[in-house]
Amino acid sequence: MLVLVEQSLNGLQFGLLLFLLAAGLTLVFGIMDFVNLAHGSLYMMGAYFAATFVAWTNSFVLGILMALGATLLLGIALEFIALRHLYGRDHLDQVLATFGLILFFNDAVRLIWGPAGLSLPLPAWLTVPVQIVPGVFYPAYRLSIIVVALAVAALLYVVVMRTRIGMLIRAGASNREMIGALGINIKLLFTLVFGLGAALAGLAGLMQAPILTVQIGMGENILILAFVIIVIGGIGSIRGAFMAAIFVGMIDTLGRAFLPDLLRTVLSSAAASTAAPALSSMLIYLLMAIVLVVRPEGLFPAAKR
Amino acid sequence: MKKAFWLAGATVLALAQPASAGDSIKIGFVSTFSGPTAVIGNDMRNSFELALDHLGRKMGGKPVEVLYEDDGQKPDVGKQKTEKLIQSDKVDFIVGYIWSNVLLASLKTAVDSKTFLITSNAGPSQLAGELCSPYVFSTSWQNDQTPQAVGTYMNQKGVKSVFLIGPNYAAGKDMLAGVKSTFKGQVVGEEYTVWPSQLDFSAELTKAKNSKAESIFVFYPGAAGVQFLNQYAQAGLKGQIPLYTAFTIDELSLPLQKDNAIGVPGAQQWVNDLPFPENKKFVEDYRKKYTGLRPTFYGAQSYDAANLINSAVVAVKGDTSKKDEMKAEMEKANFKSVRGPFKYGNNHIPIQNFYLQDVVKDADGQLSLKTVATIVKDDQDRFHDKCPMKK
Repeated sequence: MLVLVEQSLNGLQFGLLLFLLAAGLTLVFGIMDFVNLAHGSLYMMGAYFAATFVAWTNSFVLGILMALGATLLLGIALEFIALRHLYGRDHLDQVLATFGLILFFNDAVRLIWGPAGLSLPLPAWLTVPVQIVPGVFYPAYRLSIIVVALAVAALLYVVVMRTRIGMLIRAGASNREMIGALGINIKLLFTLVFGLGAALAGLAGLMQAPILTVQIGMGENILILAFVIIVIGGIGSIRGAFMAAIFVGMIDTLGRAFLPDLLRTVLSSAAASTAAPALSSMLIYLLMAIVLVVRPEGLFPAAKR
Repeated sequence: MKKAFWLAGATVLALAQPASAGDSIKIGFVSTFSGPTAVIGNDMRNSFELALDHLGRKMGGKPVEVLYEDDGQKPDVGKQKTEKLIQSDKVDFIVGYIWSNVLLASLKTAVDSKTFLITSNAGPSQLAGELCSPYVFSTSWQNDQTPQAVGTYMNQKGVKSVFLIGPNYAAGKDMLAGVKSTFKGQVVGEEYTVWPSQLDFSAELTKAKNSKAESIFVFYPGAAGVQFLNQYAQAGLKGQIPLYTAFTIDELSLPLQKDNAIGVPGAQQWVNDLPFPENKKFVEDYRKKYTGLRPTFYGAQSYDAANLINSAVVAVKGDTSKKDEMKAEMEKANFKSVRGPFKYGNNHIPIQNFYLQDVVKDADGQLSLKTVATIVKDDQDRFHDKCPMKK
């Protein structure tokens, strides 16, 4: 039972991290109708900025805040210089251009930081395990990811549902032309939304950095999961992204945790240990396929266009 | 007119190329030069280049030409690159291969064309057994050997139970099978993770912790080794459940693993401080030529591969068409290996010592690997009986 609690926390932590990445992606995709494959590069840049600034300032918190600001600025600059010229184009052009950006960022990182990757060491107060319920110890850092991501999710909810900017964002998601016609500066809104998405991706990247290593191409695998999440959750829907991210995180982690033992009851031990990782990595895509068949618009679609 | 001139020039050049090919020794080198594990490929290339420098960039009096190809850590790409090197570049030797699954995919092309293949890292069990070939040599090991040595060491330490974690591909399965074959205690659990995409091991670590195993064994080469050690330390398992490793801590991962790697033992057939003059020269010149970098076992094996090829080319005085003579020469392992002298088994896999290595702070205050003890002497892989070639 205690194992289940701990594994669920693992799943929740992974899901929330995916949410941060997917939230930016779904905003940009839903509101601007723009496919941004380079979202994973912003995730990577967040991690590289954090590793650099933490080393410079010798302070974990300060370095992370600076990295967050830097990714926000980078996102705004990227939108201003390159991406705003692509809004009118069709999706294939956007995919090609942002794929080019992935290559650009990977090589830029190789030039600036070298090919070997960086590490982002945690301060001592985050490396100790915490007892959450009697008998269950959980890494403090993973717990802090859960707390931060939940706080960001709540903040995002308040901003999107309760503020004027949020109202414009929602209006943009349901009918872009109309809010333009009503005299809203849609260009500025797009730049802001893109910057926000970039900062969220950067936050995901820098929070993941101490767990993984900071390396070139780190955003590419996880971006696929983010796309799966926005498809499951419904494109443009923050609530959908949140629910789907938690689903995906849970399914992935619990699948990895319990599928091998489950398979061992029907298969030989050797066959089960080989089949289980393959099968558990398929579960998410299976879920996506089912959602696409049953509810092609996603589980929690944004308001109709 | 001008265009015709250039065309003519290009044609002459194109025609001239194959004619000159016979005057040089052509070596194809397949490794990973892009993506997160490119640092390993770079180290192998650096070491191979250093070996060529030491050989005066000539073998048997002929200049050496090396073509480096990137497999992107993907079996299908590795196979394509191998085909290209053999079929269109017509290389005399093909070297490299970090990953067992890439090597297994590429093997048939080399063997069918009777091109000598020197694996300077990957050592899948199939290659040592039923897939062994007169044209394939290893300057590394068979995958099971290193973890077998770790298992032996764990017996010496009196470890009673272990939880095994490794990646779900050819080498991962060999590694875990290797530990199981020598470890006398109880194997409490065994987990395979998706390779190479899975980088978060939280679910596996939680299972290991709750299995009440006395120890954990892992095999995670490259950046995955850094990630595993990070997460192992963050989960508070350091000092609680001791970790034993194979190919998880090396000179490339150590600068990122830092203090997490201290006190985590591993086994290896080569360590930078082995007291052989060739090894001293290799390590010192490597650090001189590539400032800020340190050679790894991947590099040492590639350095040896260049010298193994050289021994064969010298024996036939540069006439690479004499394949039987080159094979006979290579079977003698008649060169100064940086790991010290070794012999080849019937399957062309080295019979060699395995050492216990530990992480220490060296004179410059930098973390480095150090030989602590010899775990096994003259160890031969456990698949050589399945190889139809006899001595």
